Amino acid sequence: MRSKVKFEQHRPIHRERGSDVSNINRRNFIKTSGAVAAATALPLSMFDIGAARAAGTVKVGILHSLTGGLAIAEKSVVDAEMLAIEEINKAGGVMGMKIEAVVEDGASDWPTFAEKARKLLEKDKVSAVMGCYTSASRKAVLPVFEKLKGLLYYPTYYEGLEQSPNILYTAQEATQSVIAAVEWLMKNKGKSFYLIGSDYIWPRTTIKIAKATIAKAGGKTVGEGYYPLGHIEFSSEINKIKAAKPDVILNCVVGGSNVAFFKQLSAAGVTGKNQTILSLAVSEEEVSGIGSDNTVDTLTCMGYFQSLKNPANEKFVKAFKAKYGANRVTGDTLSCGYTSVYLWKMGVEKAGSTDVEKVVAASANLEFDGPEGKIKFHGSNHHLWKHARIGVFKADGQVDMIYESPLIEPNPFPKL
Amino acid sequence: MTFDVFAMQAFTGLSIFTILMLMALGLAIVFGLMGVINMAHGELMAMGAYVNFGTAVFFQTYAPGLMDIYVFVGLILAFIVTSLFGYALERGLIRFLYRRPLDTLLATWGLSLVLQQIFRQFISSKEVEVPTVSWLKGAWQVTEGIALPWSRLYIIVLAIVTAAVVYAILFKTRSGLRIRAVTQNRVMAGAAGINTTKVDAYTFAFGCGLAGIAGSSFTMLASTGPTTGQQYIVDTFIVVVFGGVESLLGTISSAFIIGQMQSWFEFNLSGSMARASILLLVIVVLYFRPNGLFAAKVRR
Repeated sequence: MRSKVKFEQHRPIHRERGSDVSNINRRNFIKTSGAVAAATALPLSMFDIGAARAAGTVKVGILHSLTGGLAIAEKSVVDAEMLAIEEINKAGGVMGMKIEAVVEDGASDWPTFAEKARKLLEKDKVSAVMGCYTSASRKAVLPVFEKLKGLLYYPTYYEGLEQSPNILYTAQEATQSVIAAVEWLMKNKGKSFYLIGSDYIWPRTTIKIAKATIAKAGGKTVGEGYYPLGHIEFSSEINKIKAAKPDVILNCVVGGSNVAFFKQLSAAGVTGKNQTILSLAVSEEEVSGIGSDNTVDTLTCMGYFQSLKNPANEKFVKAFKAKYGANRVTGDTLSCGYTSVYLWKMGVEKAGSTDVEKVVAASANLEFDGPEGKIKFHGSNHHLWKHARIGVFKADGQVDMIYESPLIEPNPFPKL
Repeated sequence: MTFDVFAMQAFTGLSIFTILMLMALGLAIVFGLMGVINMAHGELMAMGAYVNFGTAVFFQTYAPGLMDIYVFVGLILAFIVTSLFGYALERGLIRFLYRRPLDTLLATWGLSLVLQQIFRQFISSKEVEVPTVSWLKGAWQVTEGIALPWSRLYIIVLAIVTAAVVYAILFKTRSGLRIRAVTQNRVMAGAAGINTTKVDAYTFAFGCGLAGIAGSSFTMLASTGPTTGQQYIVDTFIVVVFGGVESLLGTISSAFIIGQMQSWFEFNLSGSMARASILLLVIVVLYFRPNGLFAAKVRR
């Protein structure tokens, strides 16, 4: 039902823009024919394919939770992906083909994710899927994608330790943020760390990497705590933190628990003003629920902030706000979702085909200048070279970037 | 362990006790006295939280000068709205299911999903920011090492007042007498001239209203979002079942015991281990005392 609605939203645009497409094709043609003298016949043949399928469409699946507990995080990723699809269609589509989005609801339930993935691949025969948020949902769809030879773009920062031939990972894996964050903290803020996280694979792996990095650089871990997802009582942990007097609190708490954690920290008098707190899973989006007066002056490490100053990001933020409302904010996962669609488009155009194997092969070393600056696919491991960025939360919930790492090589299987 | 840390932990234990007590009072009436397994109880707390949020937004927009007292208005409105909803719920759904506990469980669980999706569709799929009033921010610095957060002190007072009011209503008023009569022996109470269906509806509404009070005050400590209720419901049921269904005193003692265990376990173990240990102890106790710590001796 939902997918139909989304499709209807986009159809008028396709019709209106029909004349634009021919314009762009004509422009492409002029450009291409200009280059023909210097180039081989390849660009011309690509153009031919585009022209032959100009009236056609190509289907892309969008598979996130629109209902259930995770809808909180995933709905806005869908918004970002739909925006990218709309932009690409307005600009002439992929090799002249319009993208038709098939939106499915994973309902925050892993078996449902697997079932919908199967539906997208078998029934809708989508060329690629942008989807999943939690690692659990990705692990649930992974066998489906491998068996049916589908292609998944996974836009969430995650713990690494995975590399499927049928998945392209467009967000940071754990080493790309935590190592940079810990090294920066040790250089600028202090050497003793208190580590706290939700109790599942991402925080556990991240903290494991953090501990190894801290030990290697001569710092020490003075405490460590894990709480079940959705835990809302942190006062004992806060007492422990106060007793341990760490230089830095490294926060890997995820989701709604962060609201409780920050509210209770600031009620206990621990704030960004008197304590260095760096969060690895708090973006601009989460701050609106936590309350920006509770996060002010605390640090965050992400691959992307809404406040990044570059033309691609300014365009993205402007388009996002224009489409969904001025009070909406973008964030890391949104930017990765948006980028994923473009990366797929570029992969298809480079391969000259929507065939999964060819697109994956063409994606190696693919460069893209997106909202988070220049990024690049790794030659072999399906992840992206990315920047780690550290920023300070301001009173309005936006982030002031204070450190930007050079592009970091993805290393999904770190040796600790 | 220094004295400061000991004092802070003791305070934490007291604070968790009152939070659990406030959570469980509503359910102690709905589930404990009436025997209705209301899986949507958590969502009623979330409803209370959203009413509080709505009140805050209203005050921010129309009466920013009175922002400091909005919590009380929010609290009262939360009670009124959730108890009205509870009344409608009892009349529209629960009363048809009194003799079918399993169907009640399924129906109210379905209702909880419906309510969650309503919050998501019509309010926000994200958590909303509920401002804490200025006089409840920060902490009371008793000594240098001991800081007692005002929000927790407020909840301690609120929980004690609420428990006292509930006790007074149940045991010192004629309506309370009727409620107890109906829950102990419905047929005899009816024969004695009590309108049992009316008592049922009011009792249920009262329990729901208490959930609203709890939800509205917890906005200071935790998140307000579509799934907020899920964060509370499990603890709430554990407290009521552990204390012994049908016993208000049991609920309060059970909240105290679990609160103390939680604070000391969490201090000495990691959070997840603390949680597992508490659940293990609850299982062991329920194994030897299947009716909970303070089972009322009633004829069945």
